[in-house]
Amino acid sequence: MYFGLSEEQSFFQDNIRKYLAEHATIDNIKHIASGDKKNLSTGIHQGLLNLGVNGLLIPEEFGGLGLDLLFAAVISEALGGGIGPTPFIGPYVMAPTAIKHAGNKTQQENFLSKIAINEYRFGVGFNEFIGKRNDAGITCSYKGLNGRAMFVLDTNDATHLLLADEKGQIFVVDTKSENIEIVKLTTVDKTRQYSEVICKNLEGELLENSADSVEPINQAIDAGRIMLAADSLGASQIMIDKAVDYAKERKQFGRAIGSFQAVKHMCAEMTADLEPCYAMVWHAAHCHDYSPDEARLMACHAKAHISEISKSIAKKATEVHGGMGFTDLLGLHYWFKRIGLNRQILGSPELVREEAYKSQL
Amino acid sequence: MDLEYGPEYQSFTKEVQSFCKKYKGLSFTDRSNNPLGSSGGSGGPKMSRSEWQKILIENGYFARSVPKEYGGYGGKADILKSRIIAAEFSKSQTPVAMGGQGIDMLVPTLLEMGTEEQKQAYIEPTLHGEMVWCQGYSEPNAGSDLASLQTKGELVGDKWVINGQKIWTSTAQYSQMCFCLVRTEPDAPKHAGISYLLIPMDTPGIEIRPLVDMTLKAGFNEVFFTDVKIPASNIVGKRGEGWAVANATLGHERGSLAPPDATMNRVNMLMQLMKEETLDGKPLIEHPIYRDRLMQVQGKVLAQQSHALRLLSANLNPGTDVKIGKMIQKLTGTELRHELEGLAIDVMGEIGTLYEDSPHLKNEGTWQFIYMYFLGLIIGGGTSQIQKNIIAERGLGLPKEPKVEGA
Repeated sequence: MYFGLSEEQSFFQDNIRKYLAEHATIDNIKHIASGDKKNLSTGIHQGLLNLGVNGLLIPEEFGGLGLDLLFAAVISEALGGGIGPTPFIGPYVMAPTAIKHAGNKTQQENFLSKIAINEYRFGVGFNEFIGKRNDAGITCSYKGLNGRAMFVLDTNDATHLLLADEKGQIFVVDTKSENIEIVKLTTVDKTRQYSEVICKNLEGELLENSADSVEPINQAIDAGRIMLAADSLGASQIMIDKAVDYAKERKQFGRAIGSFQAVKHMCAEMTADLEPCYAMVWHAAHCHDYSPDEARLMACHAKAHISEISKSIAKKATEVHGGMGFTDLLGLHYWFKRIGLNRQILGSPELVREEAYKSQL
Repeated sequence: MDLEYGPEYQSFTKEVQSFCKKYKGLSFTDRSNNPLGSSGGSGGPKMSRSEWQKILIENGYFARSVPKEYGGYGGKADILKSRIIAAEFSKSQTPVAMGGQGIDMLVPTLLEMGTEEQKQAYIEPTLHGEMVWCQGYSEPNAGSDLASLQTKGELVGDKWVINGQKIWTSTAQYSQMCFCLVRTEPDAPKHAGISYLLIPMDTPGIEIRPLVDMTLKAGFNEVFFTDVKIPASNIVGKRGEGWAVANATLGHERGSLAPPDATMNRVNMLMQLMKEETLDGKPLIEHPIYRDRLMQVQGKVLAQQSHALRLLSANLNPGTDVKIGKMIQKLTGTELRHELEGLAIDVMGEIGTLYEDSPHLKNEGTWQFIYMYFLGLIIGGGTSQIQKNIIAERGLGLPKEPKVEGA
């Protein structure tokens, strides 16, 4: 029995961390966030592709690495910690998972092998299947796809999108089509891209096995949620590390502020809250591939629980930094905002807990 | 990641299952000293707790790695087997072995640091539940700052003469023996002046006064020592080493106060209750706010269960760093259990406040009792605030509070 990461998983994670530490510096992140150097994020994305992130979950027969979701989770954790300003969850986790479960043999071969060689890059729009806000929603008729999908993930440089209707049918659409309009949304987190997608009689290819089963889309959503949990885990750990370092250095009243219990207890609480989240994310990712009975429950709870813990850490870690924590100068807010986004995407905690409950019925 | 135990353990699981089946419905002819102790089932064999303890030892389901010559099973320590035993006993609701401070804390201490004579004299009767121990650590002025304790021990001839007072002493009224921290070196620095003594509770000069706690059930005591004389050899470790001896066992206590599997059993019990109890004609579980609160707690317990697997794995695979992971257990485990028991009271509303033998009581009033009892566990064994100091200072390396002159 061994509960933890393998050497290969740790090694892969370290490589991503080192790469981001070198290239996604706070200065670079600031440029990317202000939109003045687009080639910086494209370059970082290319660097991650060189490390193999696009082939992670693609079976070997289609030219990928054929690894399990735990590999993807440790990479997502590294991206959260290193503010990876690139697409990941949509094109390299949710899309392959959806296509593996929903595609017929031809579709699998066609799409998965093209993701593996980076010819196709998918954005993912499943939001309305999880929770439809106002007039959003995609419908499918003989005319094609119509309607609006909100918060479509990772639309940057996407060649294709996966869109879902309310029944959980998944369609592949081409972003170059004339019948699609992609409107960039500006969220607080300027390091990742979300868009609104408007379809007018848009042609879409139905992934065959999603026609009469919500299992494929749920698989993809579970995987995405575990990734978001892992991303927030990584971001939270960095926020704690920075808060602890600051509490050791910063002096007031003639002593390090970390010697005051008011401050040190916040650091201890953050640590005590976050530490079990490692095991929870790993366990959820493991169950996704190897323990289908528990998979949904674990994925929902990992997403909801870590969203709550991370929100509280984002607040406390900022407070430990005092006024500096509030400044743009320090850049702590990039993690704060990343955590804030992760919490709402693919279902806010209340929605996800409701699904956790229903999975037990 | 590999969560399989392997074929050897699968057959061991079957063996434990058939044992549990054999004793299904076991009930006891005597009461437990532990307020959370099982009263047993019904329709099965009847026996005393001590007889049950012996059966468990003979089969290797308790005291598994304690050598035979000291009354144990004499097997190899096997963490996975211990876990399987715990899981199967819990699933089949088979009563587990008696615990208590003698079994949980003194026995490991003696095995590690006791003399051969002490091991021979104390371990077997303690394991069999025939010798009950209480822990003489806290004093009225030495709680969180335990090392400032003042109960005095003076070596006069071949006897320790002990004077002073202990408090929060659970089970003192049932105990034959007390393992006790006593200041024997008044001139040494505070941590270096303490010895770990073993005191028979029937020695003249000991007075026990019950100290009723908020549950009105679990019994603490105050224990007063007036010229209590015990043999000089009743010491574990050397003079002045008591702090180190005690710390070895405190760590043991902290890890075991609120295991997440037990908390998950209570989550499941609460979910069942919420399906049965109704409000305005609707089961409680159908009320979205209550349901969401239950799900929040379930998520937290799942995180702790996964974390426990990680710690288990670290025990099996040396070299894994889980130092902070262990430090957080007492804090997070006791706080979460308290939160869960409190949630049960909230969803029942007024009915949640019923107590003792009131009509309409649910689950024998355990929710309200454990809710309060766990407040005691949050405070005892190092308060949550002390745990946070430990995590911050020893785990994260944050500086200690500056020392106050004379403390």
